[in-house]
Amino acid sequence: MFSFSLDRTAASLRGCRRFLLHPSGWQHLTLAVALLVLAPLTVLLLSWTEPAWGIWQHLRETLLSQLLINTFILVVGVTTGTLLLGVSLAWLTGACEFPGRTHFSWLLLLPLAMPTYVLAFVFLGLFDYSGPIQIPLRAWFGRDLWIPDIRSASGVVLVMSLALYPYVYLLTRNAFSTQGKRALEAAQSLGCSPTAGFFRVVLPMARPWIAGGATLVLMEALADFGAVSIFNFDTFTTAIYKAWFGFFSLAAAGQLSTLLVSMVFLLIVLEQKLRKRMRFSQSRVTAQAERIILNSAKKWLATSYCSGVLLIAFFLPALQLLRWSLKVFDLEFDNRYGMLLGRSLSLGLTAALFITVVATLLAYAGRRHPDRLTLSLIRISTLGYALPGTVLAVGIFMPLAALDNFLIDFARENFNFALPQLMQGTIIIMLLAYLIRFMAAGYKSIDSAMHRVTSNIDEASRLMGLRGLKLLVKVHLPMLRGGIFTALTLVFVDVMKEMPITLMTRPFGWDTLAVKIYELTSEGEWERAALPALTLLLCGLLPIVLLMRGTEGK
Amino acid sequence: MIMNDKTQPSLELKKISQAYGKQRVVKDLSLTLNPGEIGCLLGASGCGKTTVLRTIAGFEPLLAGEIFISGEKVSSAEFSLPPAKRKIGMVFQDYALFPHLSLFDNVAFGLRGHNKVETLRRVNDALDLVGLQSEREKFPHEISGGQQQRVALARALSPQPELLLMDEPFSNLDVALRERLSLEVRDILKHYGITALFVTHNQHEAFAVADRIGVMHTGEILQWDTAHRLYHQPVSAKIAEFVGEGVLLSGVVRENSQVECGLGRLTGIFNQALAVNTAVQILVRPEDVVHDDDSSVKAKVLRRNFRGANILYQLRLESGEHVQALVPSHCDHQPGELIGIQPDVRHLILFPFP
Repeated sequence: MFSFSLDRTAASLRGCRRFLLHPSGWQHLTLAVALLVLAPLTVLLLSWTEPAWGIWQHLRETLLSQLLINTFILVVGVTTGTLLLGVSLAWLTGACEFPGRTHFSWLLLLPLAMPTYVLAFVFLGLFDYSGPIQIPLRAWFGRDLWIPDIRSASGVVLVMSLALYPYVYLLTRNAFSTQGKRALEAAQSLGCSPTAGFFRVVLPMARPWIAGGATLVLMEALADFGAVSIFNFDTFTTAIYKAWFGFFSLAAAGQLSTLLVSMVFLLIVLEQKLRKRMRFSQSRVTAQAERIILNSAKKWLATSYCSGVLLIAFFLPALQLLRWSLKVFDLEFDNRYGMLLGRSLSLGLTAALFITVVATLLAYAGRRHPDRLTLSLIRISTLGYALPGTVLAVGIFMPLAALDNFLIDFARENFNFALPQLMQGTIIIMLLAYLIRFMAAGYKSIDSAMHRVTSNIDEASRLMGLRGLKLLVKVHLPMLRGGIFTALTLVFVDVMKEMPITLMTRPFGWDTLAVKIYELTSEGEWERAALPALTLLLCGLLPIVLLMRGTEGK
Repeated sequence: MIMNDKTQPSLELKKISQAYGKQRVVKDLSLTLNPGEIGCLLGASGCGKTTVLRTIAGFEPLLAGEIFISGEKVSSAEFSLPPAKRKIGMVFQDYALFPHLSLFDNVAFGLRGHNKVETLRRVNDALDLVGLQSEREKFPHEISGGQQQRVALARALSPQPELLLMDEPFSNLDVALRERLSLEVRDILKHYGITALFVTHNQHEAFAVADRIGVMHTGEILQWDTAHRLYHQPVSAKIAEFVGEGVLLSGVVRENSQVECGLGRLTGIFNQALAVNTAVQILVRPEDVVHDDDSSVKAKVLRRNFRGANILYQLRLESGEHVQALVPSHCDHQPGELIGIQPDVRHLILFPFP
C-alpha cells in the first residue's frame, strides 16, 4: 500500500518534471486556459493599485452599508428558503411513496428552466397593483385590504428561493434515495422515534449533499444580477454595474468585484471540501432502496405540497408569460424580434461550439497527461463557474481595454497609424468571458464520457488494428458523442440565458433576448418582456430533458 | 406456582399472518424462543422469512395473530408498539452503519439517557466484545466488510436488548470469512446469554449458529427443530429434500421393518408406523451409501466431485434412479464405470406417497 502510493507520487513527480521541461501541446493548452481564468482575478486585484477613493467615499456614505445588509439578507434568506423547500421535497420524492411521486420527482426540476430574472418580473407583474392577483382580491375584500408589497426584501428572497431550490433538491434527492428507509429503520431499532431518527440520522447522513446544494445556491444568489435589478434590490452585482455604467469608473467596479469574489472564493473552498466528503461518505448503494409508504392523509398532503410548489414556482408564472405573450404577440413578433432571436441563437451556438471544442481538448489533455500539475491546471480552468458574471465582465474588459489602448497608442506614436479598437466592442470579449464562465458545464459532461473510454478500450482497439485518426473516429468519438451533445446543449442554454456578461461586454447594438428583457423590465414593461422570456423558458427545458434522461438511465 | 420472568419465553409468535396487498406472505406462523436461545428461519428467498423478522421488529403491521417479547404484547392486528420501544437490537443485511459517524459513535448511538461514564463503559465493552477497540475512531468506509459486520453487531448489542434480530447477517461476506464470523457470533451470543433470531438461506450458517431452526416455505414453518433432528428426522419429504444432501427413492413397505427399493431390501427402524405394501419415498443420504466391490448392487458413475478426503459420486442405479455416495477418496472411479455399493442405514426415513 505504502510503496504503491510512493510509486504513484514518484510517477506524478516525473510527470510534473516532464511538464516543466518538455511540455506537450496538450499541456500548453491547459496552461493557456488556466491563465485565461486567472487573468481577470489578477487584474481585479491590481485594480487596487489606484483606489477610486472618490467613489468609495460616496459609496461608504450612501450605499455600502445597504449593500452589505442586502447581501446578508439575500444570503441568509435564500439559503433558508431553498433548504426548506429543497430538503422537504427531496425527502418526499427521494425516500417516500405517495400518489404522483414518480412524476413530481422530475416535474420539481422544472423551475430550473426559468431564469431567476424571468420569475422575478413575472412575480412583480402578478402582484402588481393592477395585476391579476390584487384586482380580484380588492374586488372581494374591498379597497383597504392590506397586501404585502412584493417589491421588498422578502419578495426577492421568495422569488430566488423558488427559482433556486432545485439545486438543493436535486443533490439531496439523490442522497435520500440511495439511503432509502434503511437508515431510519436502523435508528428506530436503536430506540429513536421516526422524527428523532430523521434529525439524528437521515439529515446528518445527507449533510454533505445538502450543503453542496446550498453552496451552489449561494453562488447563484451572490452572482445574480437580473432578479435583484428588477426588484431594485441593490447588491454587489448591481453596484458593480452602476459603478461602471453610472460613474464610469472601471476601477471602482473592479474594486467592488474583488469584495464579491472573496466571498465567492470562500464558498468554493467550502464546496470543494464538501465534495471530498461526499465521495467518502457515499454509503454502499443498495440497488433499489425501499421507500416509506405514506398512508391516509399524509400522502395527499405530500401530493398537494408538491403540486403547490410546482404551481407557484413554475406553472402559474409560465401561464402568465403565455398570457402576456399572446396579448402582445401581434405587436412584438416582428422583424426586430426575429433579429433578437437570431442573435441569441447564433451567439449561443458559436459559444457552445467554441467552449465544447476547448473542453474536449482539455479532457484529452487530462487523459494524456494525468500528472498532478496538468490536472490542477484543468481544475483551475473550470473554476470560472463561480465567478459572478458582473465580476467576470469587469475582469475581462479591463485588461483587454488596456491592451487595446496600448496598441492604439503604440500604432499612433510609432507608425502614425490610427488603429481601430481590436477587442473592445467585439464579440471576442464575450466569447472569452463565456469560455471562462461556462467551461465547467462543458468540461464535466465531456470528462464523464471520457472516463468510459478506458485505456483497456484503446488497447483492445489497437489489437484490432485501429490507431490514430481511425481510433478517434471509430471508437472515441462515438463513445464521447453523448457527452459532447450534453456539453453543447448545456452551454448553449446557459449562454442564451446569460444576462450580465452580455449586457456589459456586448458590441454596440448587439441586443440579445436576455438584454432585451433587462431593458424592458427596467422600464416596467412586463408584458413586452414576456415573449423573449417565454422563448428562454422553452430553451431552458432542454437541459432538464437531458437531466431526466440521465437519471432515468441509471 | 409463580411464573417468574426468567421462565417466560423471550419471543413468542402466535399464529401470525402477514400480507402484501392480497398476497399472503406469512400464514398462521407460530414459534417460541426461550431466553438465551438462538433461533433461525431458514428458507429460499421469497419464503417470507425476512417479513417475519421485520414484523417482530415492528416495521411491518400484522394482519392477524400476536407477538410477545419477554411476555409483553408488542404486535397484534389492532396494535403495534413502535420499533423504538420494543427493546430489540437489529443487524441489517447491509449493516446500515451510519456513514457520518465514527465506529465509536455508531455503537454509542443507541445509548441515550445514560451518563457519560456509563456510555463510555458500554461502548468500550461492546467494542471489546467484537475486537475493534483499536479502530474506534475510524469511519465505516475505512474498515473491511467483516469489521463492518462486527460493528453492526456491537451497535445492536450495546443497548442490551431483550432480543437480537439479524437479517441475513453473513450474506455480504466471502465464504471463508462467513464461516469464521458465524462461529464467532455464536460464541459471543452464547457467552452473554443473548436471545437471538436470524434469517438466512444458507443451511451451513443455520446449522453452525442456531439452536433451533425453522424451515420456511411459502410463509409457513414446515418444521421447527434442532439441526440434528432436521437432518436425521425430517417430518416431510420437502424438508428431507431441502435440508442437507440426499435423494428420495421410491419403494414399497414389506414385512419385518423392511423396505424394498432400487438399493435392494433395506432393514431398519422406521420413522413412522406404515402398513405393509404402502408405496413410500425413502430418504437416502450420500453417507448412507457405502462403496463395496463385492456387493451385488451395482451402480454406474455419472459424475464425480472430488472433495479432498471424500469423493461425492453421482450414481445411476439399475432401476434408473439416481443416488449420491460419499466415498473415501482413495476409491477412485471414473464416470462410466460400474461400482458395487451397499446401503448402510439403521434408521429409515420414509414418507408415504401423497
